[in-house]
Amino acid sequence: MPANSFNGFTDYGIGIGLRVPHYRHILSEKPVVDWFEIISENFMVEGGRPLEVLDEILEQYRVVQHGVAMYFGSADRLNKEHLKRLKRLVKRTKTPWLSDHLCWGSVDGRYTHDLLPMPYTFAAAKVTAERIRQARDYLEVPVCVENVSSYAEYHASEMTEWEFLCEVVEHADCGILLDVNNIYVSSQNHGFNPYDYLDNIPHHRVGQIHIAGHSKFEKYILDTHDHPVLDPVWKMYGHALKKTGPTATLLEWDDSIPSFDEVHREALKATTFIEATIPTKPKKPKTPGA
Amino acid sequence: MNKALLSTNRVQSESDLRELQRQMTGMLFRPLNSAWKMQRKTEGGESISDLAESFIKPNNRLTSFERLEIYNRCYWFRVLDSLYDDFPGLLAILGNRKFLKLATAYLIQYPSESFTLRNLGSRLEQFLTEEPDWIAPHNEVALDMLRFEWAQIVAFDGPARKPITPRELQKQTPATLRLGLQPYLSLLALDHAVDQYFIAVKNQETDGLRSEASNTSDTAPDQSRRKKRLRLPKPEKIHLAVHRHDNMLYTKRLEPAAFALLTALRQGATLEAACETAIAADTSKVRKAKAGHDFPQRLTEWFADWSSLGWFTQPDSKTTPSKTSL
Repeated sequence: MPANSFNGFTDYGIGIGLRVPHYRHILSEKPVVDWFEIISENFMVEGGRPLEVLDEILEQYRVVQHGVAMYFGSADRLNKEHLKRLKRLVKRTKTPWLSDHLCWGSVDGRYTHDLLPMPYTFAAAKVTAERIRQARDYLEVPVCVENVSSYAEYHASEMTEWEFLCEVVEHADCGILLDVNNIYVSSQNHGFNPYDYLDNIPHHRVGQIHIAGHSKFEKYILDTHDHPVLDPVWKMYGHALKKTGPTATLLEWDDSIPSFDEVHREALKATTFIEATIPTKPKKPKTPGA
Repeated sequence: MNKALLSTNRVQSESDLRELQRQMTGMLFRPLNSAWKMQRKTEGGESISDLAESFIKPNNRLTSFERLEIYNRCYWFRVLDSLYDDFPGLLAILGNRKFLKLATAYLIQYPSESFTLRNLGSRLEQFLTEEPDWIAPHNEVALDMLRFEWAQIVAFDGPARKPITPRELQKQTPATLRLGLQPYLSLLALDHAVDQYFIAVKNQETDGLRSEASNTSDTAPDQSRRKKRLRLPKPEKIHLAVHRHDNMLYTKRLEPAAFALLTALRQGATLEAACETAIAADTSKVRKAKAGHDFPQRLTEWFADWSSLGWFTQPDSKTTPSKTSL
């Protein structure tokens, strides 16, 4: 199942996010990493050090693009300048698929730079799916949408978050970047069973999985990406893999970033879960007389 | 309850969706109070709690107000943090309280219109020209620092063009030759030595990295970045080129004549006309200080230096430089 049309029929393993504090280590030590995920917007620039680093990374590693500002769920039309720059970057990285979030973050051309939750309605799903299709057709690369963590729900919502996700991806015919940490965070903040979420999405559309750490506060949980992955999230990850099969997995660590080796070690913990989902070859029956 | 509030309870069309998103951003863009909390009332006296309840569900732990407040705080922490990161020199000149008030007022007037936080400060100079009181009484030095820091952002990741080759130069005479300059190169005529001040500021600064893919920023901008107030730079006319070489940022002090020459070239003058401008700008003081180096020789040295840095390109007919930041 890992290689599907939503991740460009690739079979990527465990990757980590490419972050500034690790540049020097990666470029000098050239650690063995299956692939790096980059934040697209950080490299949608016209020159200078970011692109130089990216080109050096591309010489050695496979890179997948992950965006934070496409805002498929915004009522605004897609930003043409954004799309143009993104396409230029897609050509540079040759990313087999790209992802962005199932959220909104701008309206009337004004940006919040946040990943804001959608109202879970059929009309919103239709608008969002249209934007995803437009982006995919322009960029000519498979697109996966990531479920975000959220702290608020709207009165206007007509369905659960996972029903909304299904509605969007089916209409857009796109993939899912399944963030199990985000599901956990939202389940705690909104009081739903995260396994209901995991069990009721189209598993064949999952092109990639995100894992990350979060922070607990008195009344809610924040998706801070500044800790190791917590046990409940690992457990959910294992459950998700049973549904999806071994899937390209990425550890996000964006704040209070430790050494490269520590981040990599944390990411590689996913290996155990992936291996557990790989079916072992049935033993050949002993032939009589052998 | 007004019509807008009622309409955000149902999202059954694209225009309903837009209305809800306007409602939400209207709340998020409202500045926090002095305790970094969401304000309780609008300017018109409306209850924010009532407004939040009109479209956000409460749960058994958080009210609608509190749920919205999480996003309100994250928005302001994120954008303020970005300006703190991009303008440490301006912060040092103004001090934290004044910088925070300025940043807040700026973001209210000019919320981000770009998909990247990189451009968040792009209209700060315009804002301060319109509303100079935010930086009084340090207006001149603050504006100098702002221009210098924005020039560094441009130099960091601005576009580069193919440098012009000696063969291309040979095709024309000085009377007809026009040269462009790299877009990442900024020429600044300033009244304070903010370049040296900036180095002192950076030496004081502790490292801080902005989070990248997390959608939350749960801490207020670091207000303890300055150990002590630095003495402000005294008035001193300087001419700077802020640029990059091998993708590292550099600042080069220029003689007035060299600055005039580059400025004239960027404005589209021929090489011959630019040299005449430079000679006119070559004050007697500089001539005296450079005794033993006649102008043609200095010109040759400048061009050798600038060419080796790849500053010259084919001219850009669309270039329309501003008065002070060229």
